Amino acid sequence: MPPKSRHTQTSPPSSSTPARPAPSSSSSSKASSSSALDAQDIVLSVWNKYLEKTPQRVKLLDSFMGFLAVVGVLQFVYCCLVGNFPFNAFLSGFSATVGQFVLTASLRIQTNPENKAEFESISTERAFADFVFGSLLLHFFCVNFIN
Amino acid sequence: MAGTEGDQFLKQATGRNTRGMLRVIILCLIAGAAVSSRLFSVIRFESIIHEFDPWFNFRATKYLVQNGFYSFWDWFDDRTWHPLGRVTGGTLYPGLMVTSGVIYHLLRFLALPVDIRNICVLLAPGFSGLTALATYLLTSEMVTSPSAGLLAAAFMGITPGYISRSVAGSYDNEAIAIFLLVFTFFLWIKAVKNGSVFWGALTALFYGYMVSAWGGYVFITNLLPLHAFVLICMGRYSPRLYVSYTSWYALGTLASMQIPFVGFLPIRSSEHMSALGVFGLLQVVGFVEFVRTQLPSKQFQTLLRALVLIIFLVSFGGLVILTLSGVIAPWTGRFYSLWDTGYAKIHIPIIASVSEHQPTAWPAFFFDLSMMIWLFPAGVYLCFRSLTDEQVFIVIYSVLASYFAGVMVRLMLTLTPIVCVASAIAFSQILDTYLDAEMPKLEMKENGTSEPAKVAATAILPDGLRSTRSPLIGVYSYASKLTVVGASAVYLMLFVLHCTWVTSNAYSSPSVVLASRLPDGSQHIIDDYREAYYWLRQNTPDNAKIMSWWDYGYQIGGMADRPTLVDNNTWNNTHIATVGKAMSSREEVSYPIMRQHEVDYVLVVFGGLLGYSGDDINKFLWMVRIAEGIWPDEVKERDFFTARGEYRVDDEATLTMKNSLMYKMSYYNYNALFPAGQAQDRVRGARLPAEGPQLSTIEEAFTSENWIIRIYKVKDLDNFGRDHQSAGAFDKGHKKKRASKRKGARVLRVE
Repeated sequence: MPPKSRHTQTSPPSSSTPARPAPSSSSSSKASSSSALDAQDIVLSVWNKYLEKTPQRVKLLDSFMGFLAVVGVLQFVYCCLVGNFPFNAFLSGFSATVGQFVLTASLRIQTNPENKAEFESISTERAFADFVFGSLLLHFFCVNFIN
Repeated sequence: MAGTEGDQFLKQATGRNTRGMLRVIILCLIAGAAVSSRLFSVIRFESIIHEFDPWFNFRATKYLVQNGFYSFWDWFDDRTWHPLGRVTGGTLYPGLMVTSGVIYHLLRFLALPVDIRNICVLLAPGFSGLTALATYLLTSEMVTSPSAGLLAAAFMGITPGYISRSVAGSYDNEAIAIFLLVFTFFLWIKAVKNGSVFWGALTALFYGYMVSAWGGYVFITNLLPLHAFVLICMGRYSPRLYVSYTSWYALGTLASMQIPFVGFLPIRSSEHMSALGVFGLLQVVGFVEFVRTQLPSKQFQTLLRALVLIIFLVSFGGLVILTLSGVIAPWTGRFYSLWDTGYAKIHIPIIASVSEHQPTAWPAFFFDLSMMIWLFPAGVYLCFRSLTDEQVFIVIYSVLASYFAGVMVRLMLTLTPIVCVASAIAFSQILDTYLDAEMPKLEMKENGTSEPAKVAATAILPDGLRSTRSPLIGVYSYASKLTVVGASAVYLMLFVLHCTWVTSNAYSSPSVVLASRLPDGSQHIIDDYREAYYWLRQNTPDNAKIMSWWDYGYQIGGMADRPTLVDNNTWNNTHIATVGKAMSSREEVSYPIMRQHEVDYVLVVFGGLLGYSGDDINKFLWMVRIAEGIWPDEVKERDFFTARGEYRVDDEATLTMKNSLMYKMSYYNYNALFPAGQAQDRVRGARLPAEGPQLSTIEEAFTSENWIIRIYKVKDLDNFGRDHQSAGAFDKGHKKKRASKRKGARVLRVE
């Protein structure tokens, strides 16, 4: 696989953008505030684009991933607050969320039509079956590990 | 050998079925060769477990077969490490035992009741056939050439570097671990190529199996992240990499934590942090790539790249801080000594004392790998030529494994698979180029034709050279083809001869029986070990504790079936040092130690009569060193050397040496074998002092036929409460002389 072409595209320096300085040069407070504005714009545009372009199923997957992230963070915070006495229980619960998150992300990547070229051997159904297989294994391990 | 013959057929055969058929036949032949070349020791001697470690594995397997899986899992072994015992279920890698237990029950289910000992003896040859198959699969994933996989399988089947650890009877963890290693790598390559969760999960499953089988799984844990990391650094991040790596890591880490011996190590110890770090890095990279596709903005890219860098640095710094503060355990001594090669010798003598932990000498590489050692760099170079994702893996693996094999002899084993793969790639490149019977036509002008010769030729020659652009590609005369192919065939033949010779002469001798030749050429077998162990088994009470140096702990437990104080699982250094102190001190010091540990018999190995150099006097200095590490005031290594710094056992031996329990036990009554004053030690080449050592606190219980093993019984306390020296003196009639001396210094009775 050849290296991605983006390496050659990084040439335009930050001075080419007329109004604002580059966000990386955030030495002065002015620059940082403007870059924050910039970032806000970027985030907003990304969010709008996401809402528009993403199919319903992918949004479902994304909400599931968000839920998993929240559960994982909650477990971690609880572990930090209360202590990790049954460490295997914490680990299996936490790694269940992490593993499920990762598997869902994999499913999302594999079913993404933009990545068709990368996964020519894997159909959408196959990706879902793989996801089920991986999740079953994950849950078997977690249930076994939680005692 | 079968591989090259198959090659010639493959070129001619057109039908897919014929090729598949040939391939199956060749692989079966390779498996047959792999199994049968490992049977030298079984045919020559008998079907018996060989070295030291396998005896414990065998004993554990017997326990598993007799008592079932659950009691094996919770097995507390009170017959080793005598006062302490060993939580065996939690301190061993159960993969080997469970595998042979499963095979045992499967064969019984098929109405083939085979003794568990035979399964254990023949497990390694059986799995070597599977290793050859796995090597075939791995190599076939690497290159498109149809012959490379078969060649690699043939190499892997008979190479001495792997046979040395997998002859019949060496029932060690490596027996199945190398198969699992290669197969895990195959699955990983498959996963990276396809970007499939399924293959990633299979990798994790076999990785879990590998974790349950061998401590060398750490190699995989570090190699796969390194591969992923190098791919990221080369700008070859792809969603396939994300999918395969994360599914492997998430499932594989959980799978490895199911093994009690591993436990929480995958998140607590430094050896596993690279996998976690790359996992985190991949999340970041994956997210950034995702955002990048959403945003065409160019200046945002630099920000994102800075973000990746910052997060990487922060997590790395966090790792360092966590390690320094002790949350994450630092490198263990065994792994650390791979980096700092002088570390073990200074700080942990018990690691340095094992002969396998020495650096490898050059001849060992040629001896174990024969012609593959010079084909290996060529194969790695060929991988650089067309650097695909999976060939990066070959490069990384070969660099790492070469380093480790140079540091430690036993890690030659992990080098062998990649040597086989790389040299098979190089060799098949030669064969593919020169074995093409079709002559290239002289007036060919373009490269687009699908002739195999042309494709192969363009593959080897780099673009940009004039010879590539000009049409003259290919080998034009039959003579040159014949020469090269003939030379290759000769090399392959020599390789087979070398491998067979090495296997037959160097690696097929059981260490339990010593074979020697009589002057008329007939074989003479010295079977002192088993003689002594069976004496122990039949003539001592069932729970008589045996004290010996730790090398023999497993064999005593396995063959004599008696409790031991220390054994080859060196988990408690202090306990070993205690035995070392008892062996290297005066009798008056050793006797209380032996009483405190309820020792009934002491076993020493002595090769002075036979010239058997691996005896306890030659290991004695390690006992002294290990004991000195704990009690530097009481045991000093310097005291065992003469004033000129020599380690001697004859007349000029130091007083400490002569009075040490080990010396006394080894040479006790040895004079009686020889005419007066002519006792000779054949190992040290020394003439022993005319008067042999006297023992007072222990008595000789058994000495084997060739004096290799000597067993002493620890005397009970004296009936009259005297110490043993004075009791012995009384029995010999020295009483009167002593009595006059003893008048003066008497102490007041206290009670």
